[in-house]
Amino acid sequence: MFGKLSLDAVPYHEPIIMGTLAIIVLGGIAVLAAITRYGKWGYLWKEWFTSVDHKRIGVMYIIMALVMLLRGFADAIMMRLQQALASNDAAGYLPPHHYDQIFTAHGVIMIFFMAMPFIIGLMNIIVPLQIGARDVAYPFLNSLSFWLSAVGVILIMLSMFVGDFAATGWLAYPPLSELGYSPTVGVDYYIWALQISGLGTTLTGINFIVTILRMRAPGMSLMQMPVFTWTALVANVLIVAAFPVLTATLALLTADRYLDMHFFTNELGGNAMMYINLIWVWGHPEVYILILPCFGAFSEIISTFSGKPLFGYKSMVYATVSIGVLSFMVWLHHFFTMGSGANVNAFFGIMTMIISVPTGVKLFNWLFTMYRGRIRFTAPVYWTIGFMVTFVIGGVTGVLMAVPAADFVLHNSLFLIAHFHNVIIGGVVFGCIAAMNFWFPKAFGFTLNEKLGKASFWCWLVGFYLAFMPVYVLGFKGMTRRMNHYANPEWHPYLVVAFIGAVVIMAGIALTVLQLAVSIKDRKKNLDLTGDPWGGRTLEWSTSSPPPFYNFAHVPKITSLEHYWDEKESGKAAQVGRYEDIHMPRNTGAGVIIAGFGFLLTFGLVWHIWWLAIIGLAGMIGTFIARSYDRDVDYYVSAKEVERIESAHFTQMKEVA
Amino acid sequence: MSSANHHSSPASGKSSHGSFKSYIVGFILSLVLTVLSFGAVMSGAVPKGLVLPAIVVLCVAQLIVQLVFFLHMGTSPDERDNTAIFLFTMLIIAIVVAGSLWVMHNANVNMMPMHMSAGQAMTRD
Repeated sequence: MFGKLSLDAVPYHEPIIMGTLAIIVLGGIAVLAAITRYGKWGYLWKEWFTSVDHKRIGVMYIIMALVMLLRGFADAIMMRLQQALASNDAAGYLPPHHYDQIFTAHGVIMIFFMAMPFIIGLMNIIVPLQIGARDVAYPFLNSLSFWLSAVGVILIMLSMFVGDFAATGWLAYPPLSELGYSPTVGVDYYIWALQISGLGTTLTGINFIVTILRMRAPGMSLMQMPVFTWTALVANVLIVAAFPVLTATLALLTADRYLDMHFFTNELGGNAMMYINLIWVWGHPEVYILILPCFGAFSEIISTFSGKPLFGYKSMVYATVSIGVLSFMVWLHHFFTMGSGANVNAFFGIMTMIISVPTGVKLFNWLFTMYRGRIRFTAPVYWTIGFMVTFVIGGVTGVLMAVPAADFVLHNSLFLIAHFHNVIIGGVVFGCIAAMNFWFPKAFGFTLNEKLGKASFWCWLVGFYLAFMPVYVLGFKGMTRRMNHYANPEWHPYLVVAFIGAVVIMAGIALTVLQLAVSIKDRKKNLDLTGDPWGGRTLEWSTSSPPPFYNFAHVPKITSLEHYWDEKESGKAAQVGRYEDIHMPRNTGAGVIIAGFGFLLTFGLVWHIWWLAIIGLAGMIGTFIARSYDRDVDYYVSAKEVERIESAHFTQMKEVA
Repeated sequence: MSSANHHSSPASGKSSHGSFKSYIVGFILSLVLTVLSFGAVMSGAVPKGLVLPAIVVLCVAQLIVQLVFFLHMGTSPDERDNTAIFLFTMLIIAIVVAGSLWVMHNANVNMMPMHMSAGQAMTRD
């Protein structure tokens, strides 16, 4: 009846897990009780869960990302503590099987459920506003994408308390991830969490490509798109090109585990190396999917706060596009040691070095944008400068490892770990937080607390260097990754320093949370009444903060790259005209319902509860069909309503002026 | 749904669906190329060693004819988006497939002991 699921699946005997469960259950009950107490269920359902408004979906993505950042960081600091303790005779406090699950979960969560939702959330909030659109091309699909990703998050969180998670490392290499070596449901949780959230990501990719190519304001040519939109476009093209490879690779692994196939086994003609090859065909573009939109955000920030147009806009666009294409030609550098010959390794090594060139171009563009600018040192600029310094170091160690001969020494050592945390924290995390500080007033109508933002930045920056510079050294000293215990006393002091670094980063995260809390408390003092708190240059700053749900009362006619800035300069920005009815998509619960059935499907598949899986699949398809027969999917906002909202905004602006 | 924002963007001209003439031209070209392929094999007019290359060339020509006349790939402004996306897709598929074959073949050649066949290597395990 319940497949492999029984009460034994709950790890009662693990005090750490049960403690976490207790905290989450109590916290969850508190939140649910509070929502019920204040009668907010209807509001949440009508205004948020069923919303197809790209801004609200974006906010939900980012809230999800921040929550998962806490979870992923909890995993990280647990590992750091374990390694700071488990030297010589000491065994530390995490048994190996639990430790293996933690490093796997840390990687999976940080990439798929922290960084991806954050990036997609930012694109959701900003891209339609930057191109003068009223929503994305397929608003319902957008809602569906979000809820499918949320199912992935739920599965991963659930795996902690019901059953176990994969203990294979974040890419689940076979043969370790095959049934013979991972007989529990851990890898199945991994597979289905990634498959269902990957479906959401692919749909997002399609949605945003269509949005950017087809829904730009009249007059906006491709070379007049803001840089963030350009990077979003390339990132979404990469999503559509790369994610199907991940889906297919995981499907083959699924066939191995569920249908007794032998694609990646050691026996009967299987070849595990093919999995490693395929997963990195997706894996390398994936890191550029994450970093490119961050580059875009840094570009917008540095140009706004330097009070200058971005230096070398065209070279920035060409650099972005060439990184996009080149990102498909470097995947083998993740497995130089797998056994290909010198010519293959040399080719991929050289391609890897080449891809650093457009990235270098971007860096010089940012520097020249700052050159002779009147730079305002706000929190987003702190993050941007911190990024530029840190990312260069990470980039240089990356190019170092692009030399296959050097990689043979450094492969799977902590040097590699330090390198990719260097680029992902220094690039993606700094980028996401910078973008959050920068665009927060646009999404919510008030600015974030600067002082706490800067304090958080310093903790992150110092904490990062404390945590990862020792890890580089440990790499040179020969320490490999994913060690539960080590017998070399020489490593111990470095790991203690790294742990202290992680504690400093924890202070940075706490300060970010505090920053959000204080800013919400003091929101009346920091209201952004004009909609343009920073002296912005792109179209999103031309609307009110937060923008009306239809974004633009009049769709602007674009005449130049920095259209909004030029209009402000010539005093044409706030012009009132005749209002017209606006055509908008209606909210729908179909996304939530389909995702709910998706949860039944994937949970059933994880535990081999076939009837539940069938109900889930039938429910998903049935709801989708029912939705496609729903003709009541849109409505018109009357011109009068638009006029009321717009004149309220104009009165507000006049009061400020 | 997509009508949420009905103003058309610069790129969204009406996509061309071809004319009666272009379909007829494409149809005749396809027929000719198909007949030539069969002819190359069946008539015996083409020397033995050249049959295979001839068929491949004719096949690629056929492919291009169908892309241009039936799927409306081309360089005119209406078709440029389609063509660019198609070429990019082909490029990525070529990189992934050819690259994977190269990588895996190379690894096989390097890692299989010289004096041992695949079968022998497996029985020794």
